[in-house]
Amino acid sequence: MRGARGVAPVAILLALAACERKRPAEGVAAAAPAAAAPAPGQPLLLGHVASLTGNEATFGDSTEKGIRLAVDERNAGGGVAGHPVAIRTYDDQGKPEEAAIVATRLAVEDRAQVLLGEVASKRSLAMAPIADRYQVPMVTPSSTNPKVTVENDQVHPYVFRVCFIDPFQGGVMARFARQTLHLSRVAVLRDVGNDYSVGLADFFLARFRALGGEVVDDESYKAGDQDFKAQLTAIKAHRPEAIYVPGYYTDVALIARQARELGMAQPLLGGDGWDSAKLFEISRGALEGSYFSDHYSAEDPSPAIQGFVSRYRTRFGAVPDSMAAMGYDAARIAMDAMARARDLTGPAIRDALAATRGFAGITGTISIDAHHDAVKPAVVLQVVNGAGKFVAAVQPD
Amino acid sequence: MPARLVELLQHLVNGLSVGTIYALIALGYTMVYGVLKLINFAHGDVYMVGAFSGYYLAGRLVPERAAGAPPPGLAGATLQAALVTLGAMAVCALLGLAIERFAYRPLRGRARLTSLITAIGVSLLLEYGFQLQPIRGLPVAFPPGPTPRFFPELLPRADWSLGGVSLSNYDVIGLAVAVALMIGLQLVVYRTRFGTAMRAVSFDPKVAALMGIPVDRIIAGTFALGSALAAAAAILNAVPRPQIHPLFGLLPGLKAFVAAVLGGIGSVPGAMVGGLALGLAEELVAGYTASSFKDAIAFTVLILVLLFRPDGLFGRARVEKV
Repeated sequence: MRGARGVAPVAILLALAACERKRPAEGVAAAAPAAAAPAPGQPLLLGHVASLTGNEATFGDSTEKGIRLAVDERNAGGGVAGHPVAIRTYDDQGKPEEAAIVATRLAVEDRAQVLLGEVASKRSLAMAPIADRYQVPMVTPSSTNPKVTVENDQVHPYVFRVCFIDPFQGGVMARFARQTLHLSRVAVLRDVGNDYSVGLADFFLARFRALGGEVVDDESYKAGDQDFKAQLTAIKAHRPEAIYVPGYYTDVALIARQARELGMAQPLLGGDGWDSAKLFEISRGALEGSYFSDHYSAEDPSPAIQGFVSRYRTRFGAVPDSMAAMGYDAARIAMDAMARARDLTGPAIRDALAATRGFAGITGTISIDAHHDAVKPAVVLQVVNGAGKFVAAVQPD
Repeated sequence: MPARLVELLQHLVNGLSVGTIYALIALGYTMVYGVLKLINFAHGDVYMVGAFSGYYLAGRLVPERAAGAPPPGLAGATLQAALVTLGAMAVCALLGLAIERFAYRPLRGRARLTSLITAIGVSLLLEYGFQLQPIRGLPVAFPPGPTPRFFPELLPRADWSLGGVSLSNYDVIGLAVAVALMIGLQLVVYRTRFGTAMRAVSFDPKVAALMGIPVDRIIAGTFALGSALAAAAAILNAVPRPQIHPLFGLLPGLKAFVAAVLGGIGSVPGAMVGGLALGLAEELVAGYTASSFKDAIAFTVLILVLLFRPDGLFGRARVEKV
């Protein structure tokens, strides 16, 4: 006990010393790039911040598998510029504060070349300032909220994404609901504590109204709520033709079940936060016939997608969901940028990432625009027999 | 029936269904406060442990059925549900005893604030202890970790629609079990020697001790009883609302505390009425105004009660004896 007590202050001092040493480097990192670049033959590190446990556990798990597949394939082909690529993954338990802690740890202690993650926009928002501060480029595979890369009209210099953003995704579902399903009355049920859900609901509403539809009710819940019947009863009284629920899969599945228990038969509509095998397991058929927008469909017959699906299935024994595909693309884009970068320092990799044009990803052709976003098509899937079936592909406007 | 009436009735059904849960949890707060003048902030987490105990017990008792196998008969399912509930109540009673013995009893006689802070400590210990990764080698994955689990359906669900108002057998069973437990508790408190001793300790522990009442044992029994009720509430809640995770006792615990204050903390019927009233108030506010106020309503009620009727609906303003 006494020994342990003696160690603690020493550990704190060491940690402080580490911080002290890091701090002067911030301002002059560009001037002293050699310090950050590994010696030839040393592995390059991709630091992955993932929700391996928590409410969105499948997001982290699938993304991690996608990244592993991409890195192993790259290493089999000789790695990046003579370096093998390694992955270090930390679990953030689905908590933004944990995401910030482990991102700092990856940047400062592990000296990762690139940060990958998070899936949830709320947690990517917690990581973004850290990427900027330590000049470690961050690539989020599937955070779609616009604020992740552009906050207060300022582009985060070190933050990139390889997916589309929510003004587009919300618009896709609004157009699909209005023009393909010919719906005129919808209600919205959003997760008020979640940047992704609030943003997506707003973009959907604006577009649906602009297309002449009527939004009859706008209710909210909080992630992890047990009971949604008060909101659903209120929505039921407005008799909408569909309910837009842009949340994450656990809550959505429970909402669907409680809606059916209240005798509501309307289809639910949603976004890429639905994409998880757990959605179908938890909802127990309550979502049959509902629709959601997503990044890709594993049913797409294109040889690139089918090749990826079969390699992933051989390795992990499951069909890759879109988080897996986005993780795969994010890791490949990061490695492609490291290979093209003039050296392996943060600013050089950042410049290479920003210059990514026409990269042939699994989930579409990826070009990084001035806002560090990717402009890509979306797909609409329908829940049929406990799986997402391809219904439509929507090109960017 | 007119649509507006159907909507109102549905809200009442939903509100009562949630309110019974608050009421059962509030009973634990109110009893412990009655005997110890301690607000046991770990009580919401005892409720959480109750749900997980039921989850693990059900995993052992209710084997996964092979696809196509006939469902267990209603009698068998009822027996299983009863066993799971009683088992979870027993686990939580033991947990309540342990918390009282190791966290509160050593501090008895110290300033009341010390116990309150300890209660918060116990609460955090349970919440974060349950979020650790499972220990290898245990027969069940314990601690469960932060990923939510889904409580099994102990009884086959039946939904009825009465003139457009949806009602399920779970709502009916939940209300019936809750009312039965509350009547049982009332009988224990007013008709048994233990209850008499409990009320004596509540009135004045020092004098009660002089009269030969084993104060420590009575307090321990009160904790066990309150914790068992929390476990019953957890099972009644988790069957229709199956998502359970280590932090899910936090908010119901706080709301049940508000319910206990609303009813008059220390009063058993007050806790029941407070719980039901809070469940209904939340439901109606969420249903008829903005649903984002749903969680705020409980705490608005708390502030209003403390401002205008600090003794609650059923509390008696007692003159402090000098």
